[in-house]
Amino acid sequence: MIKKLALVAATTLGLSAGAVYAAGAYDTHIEDFDFSFEGPFGTYDQNQLQRGLQVYTEVCSACHGLKFVPIRSLSEEGGPDMPEDQVRAYAENYEVFDAELDDFRTATPADHFPESGLANAPDLSLMAKARAGFHGPYGLGINQFFKGIGGPEYIASLLTGYTGKEKEEAGVTLYENTAFPGGYIAMAPPLYDEQVEFADGHANDIHHMAEDVSAFLMWTAEPKMMARKQAGFVGVVFLTILSVLLYLTNKRIWAPVKGKKSS
Amino acid sequence: MAGIPHDHYEPKADWEKGLAKRLPIVGLLYDTLMIPTPKNLNWMWIWGIVLTFVLVLQIATGVVLVMHYTPHVDLAFSSVEHIMRNVNSGAMIRYIHMNGASLFFVAVYAHIFRGLYYGSYKAPREITWIIGMLIYLLMMGTAFMGYVLPWGQMSFWGATVITGLFGAIPFIGEALQTWLLGGPAVDNATLNRFFSLHYLLPFVILGLVVVHIWAFHTTGNNNPTGVEVRRTSKEDAEKDTLPFWPYFVIKDLFALAVILAVFFAVVGFMPNYLGHPDNYIEANALATPAHIVPEWYFLPFYAILRAFTDEVWIVQIASFVTGGIIDAKFFGVIAMFGAIAVMALAPWLDTSSVRSGRYRPMFKWWFALLVVDFFVLMWVGAMPAEEPYNTISLIASTYWFAYFLVLLPLLGVIEKPLAQPATIEEDFASKKASSGGGDTAATPAE
Repeated sequence: MIKKLALVAATTLGLSAGAVYAAGAYDTHIEDFDFSFEGPFGTYDQNQLQRGLQVYTEVCSACHGLKFVPIRSLSEEGGPDMPEDQVRAYAENYEVFDAELDDFRTATPADHFPESGLANAPDLSLMAKARAGFHGPYGLGINQFFKGIGGPEYIASLLTGYTGKEKEEAGVTLYENTAFPGGYIAMAPPLYDEQVEFADGHANDIHHMAEDVSAFLMWTAEPKMMARKQAGFVGVVFLTILSVLLYLTNKRIWAPVKGKKSS
Repeated sequence: MAGIPHDHYEPKADWEKGLAKRLPIVGLLYDTLMIPTPKNLNWMWIWGIVLTFVLVLQIATGVVLVMHYTPHVDLAFSSVEHIMRNVNSGAMIRYIHMNGASLFFVAVYAHIFRGLYYGSYKAPREITWIIGMLIYLLMMGTAFMGYVLPWGQMSFWGATVITGLFGAIPFIGEALQTWLLGGPAVDNATLNRFFSLHYLLPFVILGLVVVHIWAFHTTGNNNPTGVEVRRTSKEDAEKDTLPFWPYFVIKDLFALAVILAVFFAVVGFMPNYLGHPDNYIEANALATPAHIVPEWYFLPFYAILRAFTDEVWIVQIASFVTGGIIDAKFFGVIAMFGAIAVMALAPWLDTSSVRSGRYRPMFKWWFALLVVDFFVLMWVGAMPAEEPYNTISLIASTYWFAYFLVLLPLLGVIEKPLAQPATIEEDFASKKASSGGGDTAATPAE
């Protein structure tokens, strides 16, 4: 029975993951980065999230926004977990529009990160969940079981995927990128080596910065991931124990019926 | 048809008698819980409990989500993010609701295919079957409208495509579509009415579930042999059956706990695997996604919808005969709804005198092929509309209709069924002897 169930589940999951494939059936290259938050027991690396925040702040935020993310959540457990006074100081980096004042004012932790500054720069709050990196084999999406859906991998691959080739189309410069569907992207290469100076002395080549900011964006997309995995784990353990107890109860109840011919 | 003879509730104390005279609720509960149930039911008979549980789970989580959700085109997406970020346990509740829909459909498809294999749709259980099909249709409507509520890209474009199907109906289509949407396109009016109906329909389903259970409690359960419980006397009936409590309640609860353990693993560790990444992008009427794909549970019927293109000769004939009134688009809509309609008509299309597929040597293989066909349709439904997928979906759709319209009527005539056990008791005893009481009732089709 369990085998049958597993088969049904695997087939259903596999086939439905095909839907994911259909959204981006292009010949792109997505590198399988090894993130700390992968797998059922993976957790966010607090230092990496803080480095990622730094990359976002110094580079990405020039054009992109995080409008769904409250600044206060930077101090939440299971996230960058920054001290509250640090978050308050960080909030002062931003100006937000206050409808009551009818004017701009300095942001507080209660505000959200600002929206994107450029019209064609998408908001990044949910980007790590809005893209799939892996679709194979044959578009069945079964490899997502092992590699994950691949949103953060997609972001990191995009940031490291510039070939240096450019082309002009209707007056817009497009940059060749091996991870972007269609092969050419309007965003100029945003990162260069040693662009951001990390306080913890972590390596700051493009590859490492891309990895850190992708991890940060996974957190902005899924801030409750650690609590969710814990709840899932408790649920599975509890239900497994309950299953065993019910199995034994069931066996005992049916024993007289299935035993010797008594009736 | 007379019910299975069994003991009824006898009020003893004075207050019990008094209550029974005024409101026979204890007797009703007793008869429901102690209903005689064929003792040879196998593990495919657990899905009803799973479905009932999931319905309650969806209503409970849904009621909480509604407390924090805002049905407005400018606010819906961010209110869902509010649930995911700020509401206590909001992310968990929303993921349970989201994946609960998938569990609902896994269970309903297992339940339907069990009915198709063991002939549960046949007389005298046609009404149970028809009510079940109505529940299934309402489930699809509810799930579709629920998917629109987060107001992501796939919500918006899915709604646009599916309501567009009604626009394909000749003459009245356009007016009907406008009426459904509450305007010329999917917009705030659409979101509001879908929200309202998404809240209403689960309670209609709940009512139909009661009727569904009432109907098969009247006829008695089917069972893997398809042989009826003996009703000649209470003693005979008791040899074929066991009361629902505790035998089947505990068995069903065990199965439910196992399924929920798997469900919680999905919710806890991979809640977005069954969803579509595009739905984490806020709806934008100006940007059409590269491929618009429905949720997995709609894919088989979506494949049938898309299978009948202009190039298919039957579509060309239909178009020629009706002077172009039936075009490829409308034909696809008819095919999609027809695929469910032929399933609903199974009780009258199946001519075999034998109920259970276990004793039907030819049927067994055609049924197995139908299950494979269902998964093939699900796969091509997710693929882009190009070759070779078009041809595959046309073949698979044809088989779906052929199974119900040709094979079911034909097999009953040409097939020589195997010998069936005389009674359920006999079947149960042989199982017990061969396996020591284990589950060997597996069929190749499952």
